[in-house]
Amino acid sequence: MATSLEHGTGAPARASIKEKHLRTDRWWIQPLISVVVLVSFIIYATWRAFENAYYYTEPLISPFYSPCLAQSCVDGSSSILGQPIGAWWTISPALLILIFPLGFRMTCYYYRKTYYRSFWMSPPGCAVSEPHKSYSGETKFPLIGQNIHRYFFFAGLVFNVLLTIDAILAFKNADGQWGHMSVGTLVLLANATFLWMYSLSCHSCRHAVGGRLKHFSKHPFRYKMWTGVSRLNAHHAKFAWVSLFGVALADLYVRSVASGAITNLYFF
Amino acid sequence: MGYLAKLRVWRGDKSGGQLVDHSVEVSEGEVVLDIIHRLQATQAPDLAVRWNCKAGKCGSCAAEINGRPRLMCMTRMNTFAEDEEITVTPMRTFPVIKDLVTDVSFNYEKAREVPAFDPPKDLAPGEYRMAQVDVQRSQEFRKCIECFMCQNVCHVIRDHEDNKEAFSGPRFLMRIAELDMHPLDQTDRKNMAQEEHGLGMCNITKCCTEVCPEHIKITDNAIIPMKERVVDNKYDPLVWLGRTITRRKSD
Ligand code: SF4
Ligand code: SF4
Ligand code: FES
Ligand code: FES
Repeated sequence: MATSLEHGTGAPARASIKEKHLRTDRWWIQPLISVVVLVSFIIYATWRAFENAYYYTEPLISPFYSPCLAQSCVDGSSSILGQPIGAWWTISPALLILIFPLGFRMTCYYYRKTYYRSFWMSPPGCAVSEPHKSYSGETKFPLIGQNIHRYFFFAGLVFNVLLTIDAILAFKNADGQWGHMSVGTLVLLANATFLWMYSLSCHSCRHAVGGRLKHFSKHPFRYKMWTGVSRLNAHHAKFAWVSLFGVALADLYVRSVASGAITNLYFF
Repeated sequence: MGYLAKLRVWRGDKSGGQLVDHSVEVSEGEVVLDIIHRLQATQAPDLAVRWNCKAGKCGSCAAEINGRPRLMCMTRMNTFAEDEEITVTPMRTFPVIKDLVTDVSFNYEKAREVPAFDPPKDLAPGEYRMAQVDVQRSQEFRKCIECFMCQNVCHVIRDHEDNKEAFSGPRFLMRIAELDMHPLDQTDRKNMAQEEHGLGMCNITKCCTEVCPEHIKITDNAIIPMKERVVDNKYDPLVWLGRTITRRKSD
């Protein structure tokens, strides 16, 4: 008996059913799609982060390389922060900054749900037995570290400001004159907008603006903000995916222009 | 309009059991519980099934239909194809008593472990005054009908019997959140949630939210906000510093 019921639901005194689950719907599609999309993104992002080329073409900079902080950054690619890192950093400048967006997404409550389910199969689907013998959730190292999510959230806000500045700078033309607009402008604007939606709908944001209060009535302004963030928060999963695609596509666009594969079409 | 549905029902008790095939008449507008009742009336008089309201409000008829936790009285037969095999089993996280009936006392034990509402000592019942916006947030959690399907689906205990002692389950983490957000409750329940009720074991995979028949956003509105409150108390040095400097007692 015990051998056929080794999975968790086979514990003594429970209904003895040997199947790990009896679901008949295609519960595995969602985790499968998540794995495919996330693995593709990781491969693409890793390749681009190490490529160390085609990330800037006036006035467009790839979100993977902004802010560009090293002296090795191509001319014009460093915006308001300059190049504080200096010359000793000789590998790709993207590697200086990617830890922040990476950490933000890795500790995001929504991505946690997604990768716990699809990569770690804990659980693979609701009412589908997980393959692990023991489980301690987020109580121990390293997963207890998920609790620093709010710090990544605040770092993410800094990045949003910088990427918004990049989008504004994209109202220049290739000769640095203001008052122009191209497809690239729209791409960077869309990317920045999606990132703002993603960050502002974050659970830590919801907590910080008002969720931590016990008496909304004493803080009417924060209550208003909390109501707004709560409304966005309901769509956090959607923003998580849209902004992920947004970043990859914005980078791909800049790369295509910088490498000469396409030309950046100017409206005016 | 009637047809014969293919039903597979788990029959047995603690000592063992199996899925038994039946073919039962279905008429228009019926729900799974109707079919179980017809099975009981016509073919299996000793079939054990718990139910009360037949209106999705008492939570008694929780079971698993085609592997998913559902209320039998709220699962319409017309959501299945006529030739589809429909499997009905008891909830698989709790000890079985007989057939579709499980022993849910785990949940009552966990309920008792949550310290009761703790109003200010100088207020008599009847003197409670609070603003609607302050109680509004936790009112969502009061919709709970205690069907315990969230407890049943939660992999923390469903797949790991040994976690039952340390983990109270989504229903009661939500109860703790409800009280922690209550404008008049005086107890600080944050560390308690983490240390005594196993909040950290939840990995926010949201199955509880998926199965809740009252559509309570258990994970987003109770568990994650509670996790954030725990971070304030236990893990965030800046919040601690801010509190120490300003000596703010309550928000
Ligand atoms: S979100 Fe947490 S409490 Fe809810 S089912 Fe998943 S692990 Fe359990
Ligand atoms: S929270 Fe929802 S699923 Fe859980 S016991 Fe209450 S009504 Fe049932
Ligand atoms: S970014 Fe997803 S919860 Fe914070
Ligand atoms: S019988 Fe009451 S909820 Fe189904």
